[in-house]
Amino acid sequence: MKIGIPKEIEPGERRVAATPDSVKRLIELGFGVLVESGAGDSAGFADAEYRESGAEIAADTAAVWNCDLVTKVCEPKTSEVALLREGGVLVSLLFPAQNEELVEALAARRASVIALDAIPRVSRAQKLDVLSSMANIAGYRAVIEAANVYGGQFTAHITAAGKTPPAEVMIIGAGVAGLAAIAAARGLGAVVKAFDTRPAVKEQVESLGASFLELDFEESGEGGGGYAKVMSKEFIDAEMALFREQAKRVDVIITTALIPGKKAPTLITADMVELMKSGSVIVDLAASQGGNCEYTVPGELVDHGGVKIVGYTDLTSRMPRHASQMFSANVAHLMEEMGGGENFGIDEENEVVRGALVLRDGASKWPPPKIEVAAPPPPPPKAAAKVEAVEPESPQPAAPSRGLLPQAIGLLVVAGILVSIGRFAPPEFVQHFTVFVLAVFIGYQVVWSVTPALHTPLMSVTNAISGIILVGGLLVAASGKTDLAAWLGTIAVFVASINVFGGFLVTHRMLKMFRK
Amino acid sequence: MSGTELAVLNLSGTELAVLYLVAAVLFILSLGGLSNQETARRGNICGIVGMTIALVGTLLHPHVESYWLIGPAILAGAVIGAILAIRVVMTAMPQLVAMLHSFVGLAAVLVGIASYLSPDESVTSGGRAAIMVHEIEIWVGVAVGAITFTGSVIAWGKLRGSISGSPLLLPGRHAINLVMVVAVVVMAFPFVSGEPVHDPMGLTYLLIMTAITFVLGIHLVMAIGGADMPVVVSLLNSYSGWAAAAAGFMLSNDLLIVTGALVGSSGAILSYIMCRAMNRSILNVAFGGFGTGDSTPVEGGEEVQGEAHPIEAAAVCDLLKASKEVIIVPGYGLAVARAQHLVNEMANKLREDGIKVRYAIHPVAGRLPGHMNVLLAEAGVPYDIVLEMDEINADFKHTSVALVIGANDVANPSAETDATSPIYGMPVLKVWNAENVIVLKRSMASGYAGVQNPLFFLDNTHMLFGDAKDSIGQLVSGL
Repeated sequence: MKIGIPKEIEPGERRVAATPDSVKRLIELGFGVLVESGAGDSAGFADAEYRESGAEIAADTAAVWNCDLVTKVCEPKTSEVALLREGGVLVSLLFPAQNEELVEALAARRASVIALDAIPRVSRAQKLDVLSSMANIAGYRAVIEAANVYGGQFTAHITAAGKTPPAEVMIIGAGVAGLAAIAAARGLGAVVKAFDTRPAVKEQVESLGASFLELDFEESGEGGGGYAKVMSKEFIDAEMALFREQAKRVDVIITTALIPGKKAPTLITADMVELMKSGSVIVDLAASQGGNCEYTVPGELVDHGGVKIVGYTDLTSRMPRHASQMFSANVAHLMEEMGGGENFGIDEENEVVRGALVLRDGASKWPPPKIEVAAPPPPPPKAAAKVEAVEPESPQPAAPSRGLLPQAIGLLVVAGILVSIGRFAPPEFVQHFTVFVLAVFIGYQVVWSVTPALHTPLMSVTNAISGIILVGGLLVAASGKTDLAAWLGTIAVFVASINVFGGFLVTHRMLKMFRK
Repeated sequence: MSGTELAVLNLSGTELAVLYLVAAVLFILSLGGLSNQETARRGNICGIVGMTIALVGTLLHPHVESYWLIGPAILAGAVIGAILAIRVVMTAMPQLVAMLHSFVGLAAVLVGIASYLSPDESVTSGGRAAIMVHEIEIWVGVAVGAITFTGSVIAWGKLRGSISGSPLLLPGRHAINLVMVVAVVVMAFPFVSGEPVHDPMGLTYLLIMTAITFVLGIHLVMAIGGADMPVVVSLLNSYSGWAAAAAGFMLSNDLLIVTGALVGSSGAILSYIMCRAMNRSILNVAFGGFGTGDSTPVEGGEEVQGEAHPIEAAAVCDLLKASKEVIIVPGYGLAVARAQHLVNEMANKLREDGIKVRYAIHPVAGRLPGHMNVLLAEAGVPYDIVLEMDEINADFKHTSVALVIGANDVANPSAETDATSPIYGMPVLKVWNAENVIVLKRSMASGYAGVQNPLFFLDNTHMLFGDAKDSIGQLVSGL
């Protein structure tokens, strides 16, 4: 099985679908690799490096396209489709929903086509997820572009000549790209705030050192497969008001809201741009899908009254070395998933492969049957509604739902017990019972915070304090009588004191050993 | 403190109640202090102060009329407890903890029976309902105490090795348990509805029930395999708490209730954490029989699936010296071989060479929750390089060498890949992601779950056979 790596011909595209490292991996998997001469030049990989890794180099583009399988970054141009071998396999970004003509042309070549952008977002497929790895790089680069255009320093400086405040950066959408942007902006020393419709990402945002902007509004934006859902009109109004408020003060806005297969939602309206300080910067990661900002021009840097709006669509390509490394690693993982060089095959039972399969021997396989991902499917988007933060993130498995019946029975039993206690038990018992239940809850709260490393000392200390039953022994033993009860109590006192003294002492011994 | 009791105990009763309140708060602070290593010692001191206040308060109470029985009892208990605590080696902690649980159980049984024989005046002077409630409390307290007592004794024997670690599986054991539980519940009716207080039949019922629950405790724990002992010990920890709480109810003593409830929920949480780490339900563990061919047809089923690559100690030394990052994965085998000091010595040598050494602890490594951490701490390993599974699992990817010492099931890739494996779905340490894996092991025998470990046959895995202590000794001298 031979894999061909052609040179990208899309203007401005600097990435390549295989690096010398990934070539090694592919060869280990049992593939032969043919790289077009100069394919890695723009990403900084010389032909000689590929050759060293075991690839063959061909100057002839047609020879590369004649391989059993061709993998590249961008969707092929018409001229390239013509070169693809009849019945060959193509693995690349494709966006089949937007590129119907291209799919038809490929079908005419009886090609089998895997669209890397359509890999299902299930946990198992994370290592093949090109969109995530590219989003990660784009998020990082967005900050670099912003810093480049912004006329100031991101970090605060206090010098003898005066001080400069840190840049304030607002990031809209905390998906993969958004989180990468947060980390990069924080790394440069900026004050970062992020907004997302899904409250669940608050923790992730805060873990990166950014603050999470919140609306005074109860509505979760959790949609299916790590995407956000469409929000209500009231929510969007509240959100726009928040952006308007922030636009007045922040220096940099980075927007990352995409809807798969649709135009990106407009989040930064013309009037918000007017409100922004002169010299501030907007980086629109959704530029290729129409942009989140009304003034965005895809592929261009525009200046609107001193506010610079960066609409570059090739952010990943501007970091060709690492983008290629990630991309090619995703491809290599996919090749492994598909059986490696020896057992290569398109297995339609494999949900990952099936999800990305567009054509098989020219026959349309698009769209794939829906796979149930953990979260419920997103509701159909309303025409006028807007969506934020639809950057992908890793899907999380849903908690297994328990049957309703056992829960209902459990509740009934508890209710029954409580009713009978309330009815029949003497007040004194109810008093003790109250104390008991409250103490159980306190214990529950307190013990969860104990670090696992200290579970053994926890056990020995609880052992020691459960020796408190000593008090019980005392009460029955020391009544002055010397009947059987007193003797039993005395034995209880004896064993319980072993517990008390032994437990505390051994805990002390253990804790003494823990040192930093 | 209850109103009825206060009437009998005059003013010092209120004072005692306040002292008990202080003690209860100190106990809560004591558990809270254990939330991290910095405050842990203060936590223990809170516990000691709380206990002292509770004891001294009780002793000064007018209800305690004579010291000649209890004085010597406390003294003897203190001496024996201190000797146990000072003598115990850290590898034997699980046994000690199990033994201490049995004491609480025994004390609860004794206090229960004694409280039946000579009930508090507040009970006898109360109405029929008060006596009934009191008797139910005794019944429950004694039953839980008895199960805790014999169960812990068996757990102690199993951990010590004086009782075989393999589960005892009688035919129809679930039915046997059920019959015993039903008998205990049924016998409660004549006991409670009989003539209150000094009914000779009542005592007979109580003693028969105690005997049945003794047997139940033995049988329950006998059916559980050695590898599940961490969960059993935490469960018994929980029971001992509930037993103390039940004693509190019978004696109308809020301090006992609070403390018992704290300990009870603490043990329950620990059991839950353990079970989650093994991907099993608490019922599955409690009813035993795991890893023995009872529910899992693994014994002899999967034979060796490939060829293991043995390696010499000298080669391991070279590999370690050439690495940047090393993660040590200790398991129960390390505790058995008592090799923790040697491991630390080896790790220190590596650290002197500028190699980053860390330890990865699986939640169920060892025979007690957190047992590995205590052993490593004993050897002088700083706790900040000892990490939990979730903290370190992602780091194996960029680790040069993962050194697996006496661990097996906790680093078994079939938990992730093989849906037919009995440990499938259990979270494990992903050691196989490291560049090289060195497994120190006595032989190719399978772990406690009785499952073959494909880790041993991976291309990046090498086996250093032999006793862990000898092997590490060779490594230390080779470095």
